[in-house]
Amino acid sequence: MTINHHLDEATLFSYVAGALAQGPALVVASHLAMCGICRRRCRELEAIGGALLENISLAAVSDNTLASVLDRLDQDVIPEAAARPAPVANSGIPAPLASYVGDSLEDLSWKKLVPGVWVHDLPSQGKGITRLLRVAPGKAALPHSHRGSELTLLLRGSYSDEVGRFSTGDVADLDDQITHQPLVDSDHDCICLIATEYPLRYTTLFGKITQPLFGF
Amino acid sequence: MQDQPPGDEALSVVALRAEKTSETPAKDWSAMLAELAISRDRQLFVRLFRHFSPRIKGYIMKLGLTEATAEELTQEAMLSVWRKTHLYDPGKAAASTWIYTLARNLSIDWMRKQKYPEYDLDSWHEEAGEPAVLELAEQAVMSDQVAMAIRQLPDNQAQVIIMSFYEGRSHSEIADRLSIPLGSVKSRIRLASEKLKQALRGNHDH
Repeated sequence: MTINHHLDEATLFSYVAGALAQGPALVVASHLAMCGICRRRCRELEAIGGALLENISLAAVSDNTLASVLDRLDQDVIPEAAARPAPVANSGIPAPLASYVGDSLEDLSWKKLVPGVWVHDLPSQGKGITRLLRVAPGKAALPHSHRGSELTLLLRGSYSDEVGRFSTGDVADLDDQITHQPLVDSDHDCICLIATEYPLRYTTLFGKITQPLFGF
Repeated sequence: MQDQPPGDEALSVVALRAEKTSETPAKDWSAMLAELAISRDRQLFVRLFRHFSPRIKGYIMKLGLTEATAEELTQEAMLSVWRKTHLYDPGKAAASTWIYTLARNLSIDWMRKQKYPEYDLDSWHEEAGEPAVLELAEQAVMSDQVAMAIRQLPDNQAQVIIMSFYEGRSHSEIADRLSIPLGSVKSRIRLASEKLKQALRGNHDH
């Protein structure tokens, strides 16, 4: 898997800072599970987090707190949910995403938006949307721009748009300055994981009219 | 979802910069944490507790949580340190870095009642093929260098770094709060990040 499109530095920084909303953080973690280059960048930023922790202003912790922690050291730990999600190599689903959707993209309940376009919504907090989008070969998404950021991770297939060509493992990290219309150019369905901070802004009348119907 | 909204600390950047530096080199804490996995020595744990717990609590309170919550989460974080030490690899990260990610995830999970997506926190030691970001000896000096680099950032860059790390604000929240375009928030973070990474690598060319 050759990855050509990586995370924006500002996005990765905010992920490490714990400042990304749940949906975008899921896209970032999923890309990191697939991309050694960004994992390495991420570890470097985590070292900055460690340096900040080392230099932070201290808040007093009492000896009573220490004593109660010491009392609990030998307690049995209830193991965390044992199911460590399947690794990317086996299922095509990065581990962070697998904890939301399981190990098969085929078995999900896909909702048809228009012919050749299906979605599967993931639970998300806040105003944005987090969803899997499945688009048949030759189909295009409606042209749109964004109020905030849009993060898209390609899980299967490929598409091209005004920014470039995206295939498995690539991430499109777009800000509010870009209007684009992705066109699927793989010979099988293209499936991607998308998180936006705000609802999309369609740039055509058709998109604006149908937006309430599709929930985009 | 928070106990109380984060304060306006980032708007007074200067006050935040007068922060203490550690007296024990980071290298020693990393060696101690690695040793704890093997020895399970409670005295060693107490030393780590005395060093890291006031920092973890300070970090959590900066995120805007109450002192009671911060105290509770600090206990959980230190218990995680004890229970997960076997996953810590000093060749991969400084103790402070590993503990930072533990504390960050616990805090976010508590605030959101939803697990912060992790890419591989529990398997740091499994990626044998990946080189360490820094040698342990380099990590010993890097946290002071990063602290100095933050002090040297222009105010508008320090502000977005503090709002991200200490207040957990998204790019859009920062843009709204500072009344600047989203693109400006991102470019300030990119510029600051580059400088901090240079400090981390010990490169003072800039």
